[in-house]
Amino acid sequence: MTKVLMFGWEFPPFNSGGLGVACYGLSKALSQKNFQITFVLPKKVPIESNFIKIIFADSTNLDIKFMSGYITADDHKQKKALGFDGDLFSQVYKYGLLAREIAKSTEFDLIHAHDWLTFQAGIEAKRVSKKPLIVHVHATEFDRTGGKNINPRVYEIEKIGLESADKIIAVSNFTKKIITEQYEISPDKIKVIHNGVEKVEHIENKSELDLSKLKQNGAKIVLFVGRITLQKGVDYFLKAAQKVLQFYPKVYFIIAGSGDMEGQIIQQTASLGISDKVFFVGFLRGEMLAKIYQAADLFIMPSVSEPFGISTLESLAYGTPVLISKQSGVSEILSHALKTDFWDVDEMVNKILAVLNFNSLKSCLASNGQKQAMQFTWNKAANECIELYKEVLLNSYA
Amino acid sequence: MPSICFYFQVHQPFRVKKYRIFDIGLDHNYFNQLGENNLNNLQVLKKVATKSYLPTNHLLLELLKKYPDFKISFSISGVLLEQFSKFLPEVVESFQALAATKKVEFLAETYYHSLSFLYSQAEFISQVELHQKQIKKIFNQRPKVFRNTELIYNNDLAKLIESLGYIGILTEGVDRILGWQSPNFLYHPKNLKKIKLLLKNYKLSDDIAFRFSSKDWMEYPLTAPKYASWISSINGSGEIVNLFMDYETFGEHQWVDTGIFEFLKALPGEILKNPDNNFVTPTQALKKYPARGELDIPEFISWADIERDLSAWVSNSMQEDGLKKLYELEGKIKQTKDQNLLDDWRKLQTSDHFYYMCTKWFNDGDVHKYFNPYESPYDAFICFMNVLNDLKLRLEEKHA
Repeated sequence: MTKVLMFGWEFPPFNSGGLGVACYGLSKALSQKNFQITFVLPKKVPIESNFIKIIFADSTNLDIKFMSGYITADDHKQKKALGFDGDLFSQVYKYGLLAREIAKSTEFDLIHAHDWLTFQAGIEAKRVSKKPLIVHVHATEFDRTGGKNINPRVYEIEKIGLESADKIIAVSNFTKKIITEQYEISPDKIKVIHNGVEKVEHIENKSELDLSKLKQNGAKIVLFVGRITLQKGVDYFLKAAQKVLQFYPKVYFIIAGSGDMEGQIIQQTASLGISDKVFFVGFLRGEMLAKIYQAADLFIMPSVSEPFGISTLESLAYGTPVLISKQSGVSEILSHALKTDFWDVDEMVNKILAVLNFNSLKSCLASNGQKQAMQFTWNKAANECIELYKEVLLNSYA
Repeated sequence: MPSICFYFQVHQPFRVKKYRIFDIGLDHNYFNQLGENNLNNLQVLKKVATKSYLPTNHLLLELLKKYPDFKISFSISGVLLEQFSKFLPEVVESFQALAATKKVEFLAETYYHSLSFLYSQAEFISQVELHQKQIKKIFNQRPKVFRNTELIYNNDLAKLIESLGYIGILTEGVDRILGWQSPNFLYHPKNLKKIKLLLKNYKLSDDIAFRFSSKDWMEYPLTAPKYASWISSINGSGEIVNLFMDYETFGEHQWVDTGIFEFLKALPGEILKNPDNNFVTPTQALKKYPARGELDIPEFISWADIERDLSAWVSNSMQEDGLKKLYELEGKIKQTKDQNLLDDWRKLQTSDHFYYMCTKWFNDGDVHKYFNPYESPYDAFICFMNVLNDLKLRLEEKHA
């Protein structure tokens, strides 16, 4: 049995985004294929898993407090006061020190590290164990910042991680291109493994979040799910919403998520005069999220730069059609989706209105899209991952 | 025996331009896309004329002059002849030069290359008449043989076409219909004694149209002597070989560098080397051979995709919705007696618009993707429906 030492930063239900979802889906599928996964998280959270062994780095001898890798609006204020940058980087560094200890006391054949926050840990583990390292890129600094104001320290950690790795997994060709062009990594070293989605069950609508009332008078729902950040293009969503409402007044726009732009976006909603049509429901998970996916008539992902976009597959799994930005990884595998450039608000409006106006379009997109999305399983991703493991292990013995 | 019957379909639609919801009520020109793209009808027309129609016409004229026994037939859609007459009259002239050899037959079809037979018999008949007048005017021929859009056919079509005075219909030689019977004979439609069917030999036709340049094909490269030997081998087991294909096969689907023109140039000579072989036009075939059986075809067939049914145009809810909403307008449109409205409504009936909306991309998809000038079937639907809503507004104004 191959043993994998995996470094992550978050894990459901303690996740702020797709990174945790991907780590969960992939490690679960790998464990079902008889791979023994030891999953390391930086800080202790009350989770247990029956398929992988979870180690909390801060439960070893050093006492360090870790923070979420992404910044929420509240965090943002707090961290500005505390000098956040220093904090996060020192944590990344400390995670590396702890990884060294964990690597010494754990048995494994290879190391698999998810995103820049864990790269240092992966490198340290490799240094003490001499075992091969795979780094998995779910997002780069270029995605998170929209290509503007790249943090040079983050970039450096990413670049060192990519260079130190024996192999790299990119979640899309879109991301592979960024890695080769912006980080000057040879394309031969990078394997693209697209994310997957789990089978979902239709949720009966009975508890608190009852959207059926909203839809009673024939009103429609357009949904955004994601962190409220520059990267996710929420501002384009709002501009589109305002224009859609001029043509189609009976529609509500729901924003599910939180993030550093939240205050700004709420203000923008007010100044556009559409506060009564846009609902901020905060970060949702589980049944609440499922219900909102189901209730929506259209899901929109207007990301400025999206390495993959798991939420797109989730929406389709629940039978809700999607409109996605062409600047996304998921766009390269989905043909049964509406697509626009993130900046092309008019085209977005044109397409949103078409879905609202023509049920035949909606149902075609939903049924074909659902079929297509369900072909992307974590099982498939795990198989591709295993192929790479074998290749890396073969090379390390040679 | 056997006789070889060449028939080429020549058609280009008025593609609907990129038309957004904001254009409704403001822009009533639906087919005038500009710029470098495949929705620009004039640009497509020029490209196909240069790569395919003009050089192939030129070659065929040479061959018709060289071989007295060589004959061919065409069906050119009304919407294409209209575009040529308006923008590229030299292409019409080059078809007229072929007609002048008296060895080229022009077939009847719906002017708008439409699916009207499925939705409105009255509209269908009007479009067949319009096309007939156009062919008479341009080529001075009165078509005797009919072919429906994309060889769509069933028993009911045969009945109507016979009643309109035609002597034959072209359609696909579908395996599930023919069973043990061969496409290389003429047949009567169920219960009809006057009109006869010419069935496409899809294997031999597609060897040229689809497989000619396929390097994965066992028979690659296809040469004229080899192909002629396949034709000759039918001697004794068939009377007529119907080779039906898109005219764009020459130079557009099979590019010039595949050697398709050299193949075509050598083919009549090779086929005629065997004195048992000869060429016929559809009308000559119908006069020369009796029907050898009767075919009962209650369900629609066509020459499209592997299914050879209607699914290329009517298999998802968008296509059904678009067609239904379009044909619903017939009564009101005709009441207005407004020629522009009527013409726009009819141009929207061209089957290609619905082909572009087809979503069965997983089995037969590549062909659809290749022929789709829109980014996706969904984009095709959105442009079409926006235009249709503008047309409805114009209609309402007329009725107001």
